[in-house]
Amino acid sequence: MSAWIVSHLWLIPIVPLLASLLILSLTSSRGRAGALLAITGQVLALTLSLAAFWSTLTTPGFRAVQNFTWLTFGEQTLRLGLLLDPLTAVMLVMITFVSLWIFVFSVGYMAADKNFARFFAYLSFFSAAMLGVVVANSLLLLFICWELVGLASYLLIGFWIHKPSAAAAAKKAFITTRIGDLGFFLGLLWLYGKSGTLLFYDGGNGALESAALLSLGASATAIALLIFCGAVGKSGQFPLHVWLPDAMEGPTPVSALIHAATMVAAGVFLVARVYPLFVVAGGADPGSDGLNAAVYNGTIPPLTVVVWIGVITALISALIGLAQWDIKRILAYSTVSQLGLMMVSLGVGGVAAGIMHLLAHGFFKALLFLGSGSVIHGCHEEQDIRKMGGLRGVMPVTFVTYAIGMMALSGVPLFFAGAWTKEEIVHATSLWPASRWPYFLTLVGVVLTALYMTRQMIYVFFGRRRAAAAHAHESLPIMTLPLVVLALCVVGLSVVLTPVWPWLHSFLSGERALVGGGKLISPVLLVSLALVALGIGLGIIVYGRATEIDPLARTFPRVFRFLENRMWLDELYDWSVLAGARFAARLCDFLDRYLWDGLVRGLGALGFSLGGLTKSCDEHALNAGADDAASAARGFGRFFSQRHSGQVQTYLSAIAVGLLALLLLYAWLT
Amino acid sequence: MAHLIAGLIFLPILGALFVSVMPPPYARAVALGCNLLTAACALMLWHGFDPAVAGLQMVSYHEWIPAIGAKLLVGIDGLSLLLVLLTSLVFPFALLAQRMERGFCALMLLMQAALYGTFTAQNFILWFLFYEMSLVPTFLLIKIWGGKNRDRAATKFFLYTFLGSVAMLLAFLGIYLVRGTFDFTALASLGKAGLLSGDVRWLAFAGIFLGLAVKVPLFPFHTWLPDAYEAAPTGVAMVMTGALSKMGVYGFIRLLLPLFPNEIKILGPWLLGLAVCSIVFSSLAAWAQSDLKRMVAYLSINHLGYCMLGLFAVTATRAVPPNEAQAALGGVFLQIFNHGLTAAALFYFVGLLEQRRGARSLGDFGGLMQRMPLLCGWMSVAMFSSLGLPGLNGFVGEFLIFKGSFALAAGFTAVAVLGLLITAIVFLRALQGLFSGPLAEGCATLPDLRLSEKWVVVPVTLLMFALGLVPQFAFTIFNSTVVQMARLLG
Repeated sequence: MSAWIVSHLWLIPIVPLLASLLILSLTSSRGRAGALLAITGQVLALTLSLAAFWSTLTTPGFRAVQNFTWLTFGEQTLRLGLLLDPLTAVMLVMITFVSLWIFVFSVGYMAADKNFARFFAYLSFFSAAMLGVVVANSLLLLFICWELVGLASYLLIGFWIHKPSAAAAAKKAFITTRIGDLGFFLGLLWLYGKSGTLLFYDGGNGALESAALLSLGASATAIALLIFCGAVGKSGQFPLHVWLPDAMEGPTPVSALIHAATMVAAGVFLVARVYPLFVVAGGADPGSDGLNAAVYNGTIPPLTVVVWIGVITALISALIGLAQWDIKRILAYSTVSQLGLMMVSLGVGGVAAGIMHLLAHGFFKALLFLGSGSVIHGCHEEQDIRKMGGLRGVMPVTFVTYAIGMMALSGVPLFFAGAWTKEEIVHATSLWPASRWPYFLTLVGVVLTALYMTRQMIYVFFGRRRAAAAHAHESLPIMTLPLVVLALCVVGLSVVLTPVWPWLHSFLSGERALVGGGKLISPVLLVSLALVALGIGLGIIVYGRATEIDPLARTFPRVFRFLENRMWLDELYDWSVLAGARFAARLCDFLDRYLWDGLVRGLGALGFSLGGLTKSCDEHALNAGADDAASAARGFGRFFSQRHSGQVQTYLSAIAVGLLALLLLYAWLT
Repeated sequence: MAHLIAGLIFLPILGALFVSVMPPPYARAVALGCNLLTAACALMLWHGFDPAVAGLQMVSYHEWIPAIGAKLLVGIDGLSLLLVLLTSLVFPFALLAQRMERGFCALMLLMQAALYGTFTAQNFILWFLFYEMSLVPTFLLIKIWGGKNRDRAATKFFLYTFLGSVAMLLAFLGIYLVRGTFDFTALASLGKAGLLSGDVRWLAFAGIFLGLAVKVPLFPFHTWLPDAYEAAPTGVAMVMTGALSKMGVYGFIRLLLPLFPNEIKILGPWLLGLAVCSIVFSSLAAWAQSDLKRMVAYLSINHLGYCMLGLFAVTATRAVPPNEAQAALGGVFLQIFNHGLTAAALFYFVGLLEQRRGARSLGDFGGLMQRMPLLCGWMSVAMFSSLGLPGLNGFVGEFLIFKGSFALAAGFTAVAVLGLLITAIVFLRALQGLFSGPLAEGCATLPDLRLSEKWVVVPVTLLMFALGLVPQFAFTIFNSTVVQMARLLG
């Protein structure tokens, strides 16, 4: 079983890819067959992923690779490979499972769309690329799939192609993430040049194994930071986070799948995958295991960068999320904020905690987004929470599942998956020896998260039923079923993720699981619980009687406007970077037309005037001289020819004159 | 097998004669038939080619004018074969792109013959003959069948490239007077020790450099290109970017780099700087264009800039590790082919849009995806290939070029990757303007891809995918040559 799945790991991304190609080439655009194919592909991929997961459970620290030669160039070979280890396995299961239910949801949500089948083709393509990122055993293969994921995201954000705002958002997403990818690409090139391979693990010769890592020396820091640039772009970290909220222009299932559960987490996954590279940059012993960062002292420069980027992102976006009105945008900023939290966790050494939060987040954020999709659908495509309200009566299933997702996100303890993993992150942060500030700021983030989620809940589901909520209705079973399933998973995961029996933590970090209640009650836990309660309580007090004017806006109008306008970061980028680049483009065009081409034309004009000069030399000096000589000769000739008149008298008189002259000459001489 | 090369060169010439006497309606069919024959020749050449051998193969040699060292010397190595195959691919593609009169077809065939000659000749005089022979048909094609500003563009193109050629010819005459040979192989073996001595070597270098830099073109000798491509009819623009522009890069690889290794090392940073300027400035200029043809033309300069970056990184650096040189050169070779394919496809699509709409400015289009999803879909593939999306052909070549040149010239390469970003911006801007948003005025009745067009588009696109996913089959053609050249140039 284990051997079979390792050698057939390639099937996991290929099956959805085939489904996508089949849909594109065979099915009609409106047909249901497309959805059926896509869902079948996803079920198959899920089955295979579960098999892979099962086989990794058998041995602690399981790792199997399957490498192959892709290209022989010169006298060297470029090998790619696939990898199965606990990190891959849990990601596979999460991605295929969440995708499956989002696909099911989409059948209902996209039912009226005229490009129904194409939507499923793109979704399947995305799933294939994302699974490729996860199973790659080569930084190059990971990068290839990474870019394809970006393409899928581009296609799906801009899926409603007639909407100019969707097209602009798609472009913005692709280009912003590509800025980060340039760094990633350079880091990849650098790593390739230094270690001679891009395989992660290759029986001791891989780039993430001791020998290669130690050969990196001082360049490890730079390489790690460059690769981190890619993660910053993809995972929407500050300062490249601006694309993610705009990406909500895409259909809601896309937001749930790509811009919440899976793709945006790829950056976190990437950092976890190349973690040994980050660790070795601090001069620590890389060890043999990527996730086992036991040797750790808090002074690793690239990890410090990761922590601070994560903290800034988490706080900024939580604050902005507090002042948004679009139901999806609030969730988008929440996603950015949670991704920041995961980065903090990785940075302070809590890799397993970060990945566990990634998994839990995948479930509850997908649930929340699908819930928001159900709300939007029920409210006839209205997304402004000011126009909703009181939906809890008309949309009971959506309400209950949404509440579960909200509690998981806010960190309400015991029965909700997100709570435990958030505790773990806070705990790991509190232990970071380099600085206490990330810990305090993370706690502020916890309060803010509870606060903005309470605000959203109250605006959408409680209070008076405002304009768009008047004719709201509960969604079809095909849309509520995935909500229920995901909500059950969120609750069920809280058992799996409980710190009493930290098997997943141990599984991810390759240690033996210890059962014990020791971690259940700790000062850190109590502090963060108190803060969650504070956040929700504050939310209820502040927003309990909220009207269409936000209480915050009434009390601090300037602050609220600052946050509502997303700290004017988009405008700042527009005026600085974008305007600069556009100016550079115009300048290049101008220089081309007038300077460089001007030089060429100047040279041409010079040649032309030289030609003119020689022409006039020719005409006036050389040519004219010859003409004068010729006409002189001609005049000479004419003069003499006139003398040949043929008249005898003239000749005779001339002879007489000549004779007379000769006689006179003779007389004078003698 | 050697007669295959002669066949390649003479078949299009015969075809051109034949086209001239045929009734006009059959001209394009005859030209395509002739291309079928040359394609068969090229494939047989490929079949008979031994990829394990590094040097020249199928050499055919006759004395021609012994007094001036002119020989009828042709032969192919991996690079020549690659370019012959590319030419055999681009020409039928271009012939299918538009309606053509009799003279148009005949001139296209003449140009094709000149290209085959350029890519197989191994003696300078013969090479130069073909090199110049390609100019006249191109000039006439632009001048007679071109668009707006065709006279100006054609004259500029001709004079500019001809000036470069004259400089190159003079330089080679100088070299001949000192060294007494015009054979590429013989000259290349003299290069390491210094082909010429004293200051005259710089004169010779400058002459050849100018000729080739104009042809490629390399910044700042590129200004003829946007005008020429803009004015040229679709089919001509396709062969100009697909095959003709490769003559410059080929010339660099065959002539300049092996002949002046020491001089290039001295000028190294300057040359790398020019390549980086080509990459960054031309992609920025492409961003500022609204004429689609002009935009693709600038991106063509940008893509050839990657080739030049790889070549200069290998030759301009001291102490080149062989594996990095192989990576960069392999990438350059592949990029030559990829660019030929992709850029020709882009011009083809722009041509389709222009035929339908009667205009080709970005502002003339909008929302096309609603009317012609197939055309938009396939055109997007070409665009994504050009911006270097993994899985398509453009990525593999660029990745290898950057891999090699990053190890050899990290600073220059780090700036050059900006080109990847700007190219993406340019294409996404075009995609947004053309395909999305509300349907623009005048686009409501445009037809989608026709069956005949699908037969052209699909094979070309499949080739892009094949080269992107399993590039090994292309590498096999030129890998031995790469190894040999890495040793020679590195």
